[in-house]
Parts: sequence; C-alpha cells; structure tokens
Amino acid sequence: MLYLYLFSAAGVIVSTIVNREKTSAAFKIAFLKFYHLLPVLLITAIIVSVMLYAIPDELIQHYIVHNNKFTALLIASVMGSVTLMPGFIAFPMCGALLTKGVPYMILSAFTTTLMMVGIATYPLEKKYFGAKVTIIRNVASFFIALIVAVITGIFFGELF
Amino acid sequence: MSKKRILKASAALLLLSVYVFFLKAGSLPAKGIGENFLTFAIYMLRILPPVFILIGLFDVWVKEETVEKHLGRNSGIAAYLWATLLASAMAGGLFVAFPVAHSLYRKGARLSVIFTYIGAAGICRIPMTTFEAYFMGIQFTLIRLMVSMPLVIIVSIVMERYLQKTGYTMNLLADK
Repeated sequence: MLYLYLFSAAGVIVSTIVNREKTSAAFKIAFLKFYHLLPVLLITAIIVSVMLYAIPDELIQHYIVHNNKFTALLIASVMGSVTLMPGFIAFPMCGALLTKGVPYMILSAFTTTLMMVGIATYPLEKKYFGAKVTIIRNVASFFIALIVAVITGIFFGELF
Repeated sequence: MSKKRILKASAALLLLSVYVFFLKAGSLPAKGIGENFLTFAIYMLRILPPVFILIGLFDVWVKEETVEKHLGRNSGIAAYLWATLLASAMAGGLFVAFPVAHSLYRKGARLSVIFTYIGAAGICRIPMTTFEAYFMGIQFTLIRLMVSMPLVIIVSIVMERYLQKTGYTMNLLADK
C-alpha cells in the first residue's frame, strides 16, 4: 500500500515539473472517473459486507473440514467465488487449515476462486465490460481454478 | 434521466432507513454488516485514490501508439508478459484491476491482453504471492502460478476470438 502512494506521488511530482497543465488535467480525469464509480463501489461494498456476514470464516472452515474430499472441493470453490476476502485474512486461515490436515487441493480451490472469481464485484465488472463478458470471464475462471486445484492435488499426492 | 435518479435516490434512502431501524432495534446482523461495510469501504477508499491518480497520469501522458504497439492488435507474445508483469506490481484486487484494464483498452490494448491482465491481477500480485508462499509453502504457490497463468492466457485468447466474432464492443464511456 505504501509503495503505491510513493509511486503515484513520484508520478505527480515528475508530471508537475514537466507540464503543469497536463498534470491538472490528469487530476481532473482521476477525480471524474472516481466520482462516477462511487455508486457502484457503494453497491459492491454493501454486497461484500452482507456476504462476509452471511458466510463467516468459521462456517467456511466447518464445511471444508467436515466433508469428504470432493464435496469439500466443490464447497470450497463456491465459497471462494461468492466471498471477497483480502489475502491477509485468507492465507493465515488456509495455513491454519493446512495444519489441521485439510488437503492442499481444497485450499487451492478456495484461494484461487477467491482471487479470480468475483460474484461480489459483479456490478463493478459489468459496468466496465458488460454482463456477457463478466459472466464468461467468471465462469471460465471458476473452471481454471478447479483445474489448478486438481493438478495441485495430483502434485501433492492427494488424489492418487 | 432525472426521474430515474429520483427513483434511485429514494430507493437508497429507503434502504438506509430500514438499516438504521434495525440497527437502533439492536439487531446483531445489522451491527456486523455495518462493521464489515466500514472495514471494506475504508480499504477501498485507501487504495483507490492513488490508483485513479495513476490512471489520470496514464491518460494524459501515455500515447495511444505506444499502447497500441506493445499491447495492441499486432503485438506479439510479449504483450501477455507485459500484462502479467504490470498486474504483478499491483495492489488491491479485482476492483482495482477493472478501471485500469478499461483505461488500457481505451488506449488500444487488445481484448485478450486485457483479460490476461485482469486474470493476472487476481493471481500474480507480488505482495499477495509472497504472503501466500509464507503460509502455504513455496511449492503450492509455484504450482498455482505455473498452471493458472498459461490457462488464463489461453482462455483470454479464446474469449477475444469469440467476442470479436459476435461483434462485441466495450462501453468506452463506462466511466464518463
């Protein structure tokens, strides 16, 4: 996060030195784009907060631990798709589940869908790319995550 | 337009008052959801302003020919590498990747490169990957990256072909 701020501050400083008018134009563009995005961001934040409440970490852990491999694989990937959890919460949780004996395969399905499939960000993605692309991209990503999970399972000897 | 706006505003107001009612009534879900909302909203508000300033700078400084040449229709395999590297250096997640991808597209990047960028922004971000490797082991992370990135690129290319065949055009004014 810090380097993001440093990087954009450096960009602004260099840009101002080279051309003041262009820099203020850049700020105007930045502000307008952000402003027009605000309603969708608000909706996204509402969806995320309701989903995080409806599907707490303990519930995810419960379903992943107390099921056979294949059911758990499916549940993990569906839960990864519907929730939106920052990495600093998800990975420590998965690390803890790993020590509890949950297979790598299932954790892979969960983390990969978490990162690639975004049901909660659907309004945002749709605004930019349209419903069709959003649906295709998310469905494709879901299957990519499943393939990654199965190959992870094969590699760690959890399948055969 | 204005009628639609009034309708939207009153719907938002209604939702808000229902929420406040439940919160005042001491409802636990209302409290939990409110806390989640604040956490996530603050997270987004911290990360997005510098991202949008970078998008603004990109808009005024980077020439269309440059993007077109490296990420456009006639760019080679290197374009996918560029998209992946660009995404790796990002913070945030999908919600940051969408506006950036949209700007790239407007400057002439091809669709498959855009989709690769979005996919990579999900799975390759360096800050997140190092964190993952720490908790899950480097092997886990490496398999995930080596299997998913080629798949993402293949799917991106297939998606581009399909969308071009069906005459898809992105809404260029989505953020105007």
